[in-house]
Amino acid sequence: MRPRSFTCYSTGLWLLFLLPAWPAASAQNLQSFEKRITVKVLPNGLTLILCERHDAPVFSFTTFVDAGDVDDPSGESGLAHMFEHLAFKGTSQIGTTDYAAEKIALARVEAANDAYEAEYLKPVGRSEARLKILRSAFLAAQDEAEKYVVPNQFTEVAEANGANDVNAATGLDDTQYYWSMPENRLELWAWLESSRLADVVPREFYKERDVVMEERRMRVDSDPIGRLEEQLLATAYVAHNYGRSDIGWPSEVSQITAAEAMAFHRKYYVGGNIVIAIVGDVSPKTDLPMLEKYFSRIPAGPRPEDMTTVEPPQFAEKSVVIREQTQPVYMEGYHRPSYRDPDDAVFDAISDILSNGRVSRLYRSLVEQQQIAAEAQGFSPFPGEKYPSLFAFYAQPLPGHSPSEMREAIHREIDKLKTADVTGAELQMFKTRARADILRGLADNQGLADSLAEYQTRYGDWRELFLQLDRVDRVTRADIRRVANNVFVASNRTSAEIDTDPLPAAARSDGAAP
Amino acid sequence: MMRVGMPLNWGPRVRIFGPGSGRLIAGCLAASAAIASSVLPAQQSRPWEQIPIPPLHAFHPQQPKRIELKNGIVIFLQEDHELPFIYGSVLVPGGSRDEDPAKAGLVGLYSQAWRTSGTASMDGDAMDDLLESKAAHIETDGDDDSTAISWDSLTSDADQVFSLAMDLFFHPSFSAAKLELAKQQEAAGIVRRNDDEDEIAGRESAKLVYGAGSPYARQPELATIAAVTVSDLQAWHDRALKGKLIVGIYGDFDPVATEARVRAAFEDLPPVTPAPPRHDEFPGPRPGVYFIDKEDVNQSNVQIVGIGVDRRNPDVAAIAIINEILGGGFGSRLFVKIRTERGLAYDVDGGFGLTYDHPGTFQVEALTASEKTVDAAKLALAEIAALNTRPFTPAELKRAKDDILNSFIFEYDTKDKILDESERLEFYGYPAGYLEAYHAALEKVTLADLAAAAGKYVHPGKLAVLVVGNGPQIKPGLDNLGMGAPQPIDITIPQPSAPPAGGGAAEN
Repeated sequence: MRPRSFTCYSTGLWLLFLLPAWPAASAQNLQSFEKRITVKVLPNGLTLILCERHDAPVFSFTTFVDAGDVDDPSGESGLAHMFEHLAFKGTSQIGTTDYAAEKIALARVEAANDAYEAEYLKPVGRSEARLKILRSAFLAAQDEAEKYVVPNQFTEVAEANGANDVNAATGLDDTQYYWSMPENRLELWAWLESSRLADVVPREFYKERDVVMEERRMRVDSDPIGRLEEQLLATAYVAHNYGRSDIGWPSEVSQITAAEAMAFHRKYYVGGNIVIAIVGDVSPKTDLPMLEKYFSRIPAGPRPEDMTTVEPPQFAEKSVVIREQTQPVYMEGYHRPSYRDPDDAVFDAISDILSNGRVSRLYRSLVEQQQIAAEAQGFSPFPGEKYPSLFAFYAQPLPGHSPSEMREAIHREIDKLKTADVTGAELQMFKTRARADILRGLADNQGLADSLAEYQTRYGDWRELFLQLDRVDRVTRADIRRVANNVFVASNRTSAEIDTDPLPAAARSDGAAP
Repeated sequence: MMRVGMPLNWGPRVRIFGPGSGRLIAGCLAASAAIASSVLPAQQSRPWEQIPIPPLHAFHPQQPKRIELKNGIVIFLQEDHELPFIYGSVLVPGGSRDEDPAKAGLVGLYSQAWRTSGTASMDGDAMDDLLESKAAHIETDGDDDSTAISWDSLTSDADQVFSLAMDLFFHPSFSAAKLELAKQQEAAGIVRRNDDEDEIAGRESAKLVYGAGSPYARQPELATIAAVTVSDLQAWHDRALKGKLIVGIYGDFDPVATEARVRAAFEDLPPVTPAPPRHDEFPGPRPGVYFIDKEDVNQSNVQIVGIGVDRRNPDVAAIAIINEILGGGFGSRLFVKIRTERGLAYDVDGGFGLTYDHPGTFQVEALTASEKTVDAAKLALAEIAALNTRPFTPAELKRAKDDILNSFIFEYDTKDKILDESERLEFYGYPAGYLEAYHAALEKVTLADLAAAAGKYVHPGKLAVLVVGNGPQIKPGLDNLGMGAPQPIDITIPQPSAPPAGGGAAEN
């Protein structure tokens, strides 16, 4: 019943001591907060971060793997996400009645799938009869392997032990696994989590692949904004994998094999590529030795090298127009550098001033004064942050108004940023709100675990999530004008819009039920 | 790397579990300790069962201080000094179910214009400037049974923000211009409401259950929002404030000074007027198959719906456990049968929505490829029917109880969750000990209770099936469900005779 605006990705205790405007009492709170954090790097390279909060006998964790769909090999888009689904299927010890036998059966499934796909993909001379036989053989092998499966046992054990909000998320940059649990299950959790990271079994893989295809239909194919977003990115990028569908192109994700998923695991799920943050009723003194014992099972290994493709500079404006039976939407994006760029906080300032709340420039101009838009936002980084990304704009026209009006109105606001400084009040508002949002984000165990793991991964030191406020404070009005002039130029722009097709649905069919 | 100003849902991120998948449970203020074992098929060694589960650390959840003023208004104060923020809210009885059907959408417009209009001494725009410069907020909100004002700020700004919030609460100055702005937003939403398959399915399935004109399902139209005037908003406000208000304060406040301030703001109001009893009827859906054609999708959104129960139901604990067995999480019947074993859906779940003061819906949903629609719908219908025919097993009962009872603590593991729950119970007139009683009832549920509750509340013959999907792709057709010919639902957006406020004719 109370609005909460947690910013889960940022936290900032540390720098706040330096700010006399903040109450002394809260500074003390914050100091004590900082003392609660312990970091341990295990011999296999895996980093554990513990943050003590003893208010209630619970904890939340985030396992942050620095590999996402940007790392999918060519022709295998959607692989990182497919692997993430596999990580819920159990191990050689959980989810099986007889792993020795199941292992042999799974090898047969893989061989049968290879044989089927080899025939299916033949450019010439494919035999439909043979395909049918191979398909039956595959299904039989799959049935045989499933005899050994205890379905969903991994998640069932977690849930029966009080795991709450069990989920995982794969982005282009990274993969995160998370849930919350009563504190007396910490060791059970350590067993479960270390097992699935170290000892994944490609169980029920091909049915799970169908599940992911349904996820694609839901998020992209059957969703107008999902379609628009996928086309915007595919058009804005010519070389870098940020332009590739994160859930995977249908022909690719539908043909990922278990062997490919396991190869991805071997390469990216190594100690040096994983950070685990635990926040809650835990104690480093008693719990760290136990955690070290379990998480030492993860194979040692340095961080694999990052994707090295660099998007070449865009030199021509590009656009996508989708004509369909959907109300109009306008989007555009401009290439911007990655989070490591010295101007990262300047982009934060621009999106805050343009989009944050009813005081923002886009709301006041497009929604309130001109009354042409229902919604208008500018935001970044999109679609990821690890590599150079986009600064994107999004607007929904009011009935009777068009995407081109959105475009013109957004460009007028951009021109204002380029030709005149923002006011001191606007810049100060950004800095004040950034600081408060960071503080609010601390309230939630799960949000804090996400932040600690992410900052440790991205900067090599969780303290950076405090030091970012330093960068926020250094942003000047001249910075905003300079960055706007460099980035918001026509040749760096890709737009994508939905124009409503006036053809009524009735003209296509009689609307009769199937 | 901050995500300042980023709309919540932006940025691709794909998950293991869909957005609609959530367990329908309430909390309880009791801790439990158990062991990790569960009843499962024979298999190789089970190393997780060797891991000790020590007793849970002692936990004494902090209850808010409850103050009942002489006029009947109730105040809850919940201190939490970890961070330098103070949050507050006033919950006001009466919501969209109480509005004039000819002015459907009034509460939505009211809850926007209330805040954006501001007060006689400070208009909404000036209030935005002042609050945002302090990273503070005052917002107003509307729901089907209530409206609310809420605020938050740093501790150092709390006195000023409280005064502003009280000024807005007691002395709003509804502005015609801000009402027009709210109407434009609402009209944009109406015109766009058929773009998203999920939104269509949610809205139209509610209309099947409750009736299109029901206070629980009717929707604003361009004509009904056009009918709302500034004096309607003022009249609504004046009447609403006579109800039983519930005030909540949470965070880093001084208890003595804050109590005095809140008392002073509310204790001189006249005695509250109790809400009149409602006489709604809940006949449930007309059984059959309903279809909405959407040409731009390749996945069907299948909703199977019937009338459900509310939380005062004496069998609510057994029903909650049936929910868990049917659709709660990875081990549920629907998840295993439709997703794990068949790969037919990513998003599949269902159960009874446990509402507080009127019957909720019984609802099972599955999102599946167009050509698999009949297959998935049949499986889901079979699982519903099986609630009455396939005996619940001891393993299912144990899993469901473990799932619910061992995660109960997450209903009250933070002080703000405890405050929210206290306010909710107060609002709906439930006893303060409701959650403890609910927890105790859950522990006692037996297999016989499950069978009895399923027999009493699961009625496979009284369900409606709604499919939103791409007609030509749905093969075999929906008549194969054996529930009669599919009945098309017309979702054309009615055009008012005059253009809608501020917008010109809608383009649909």
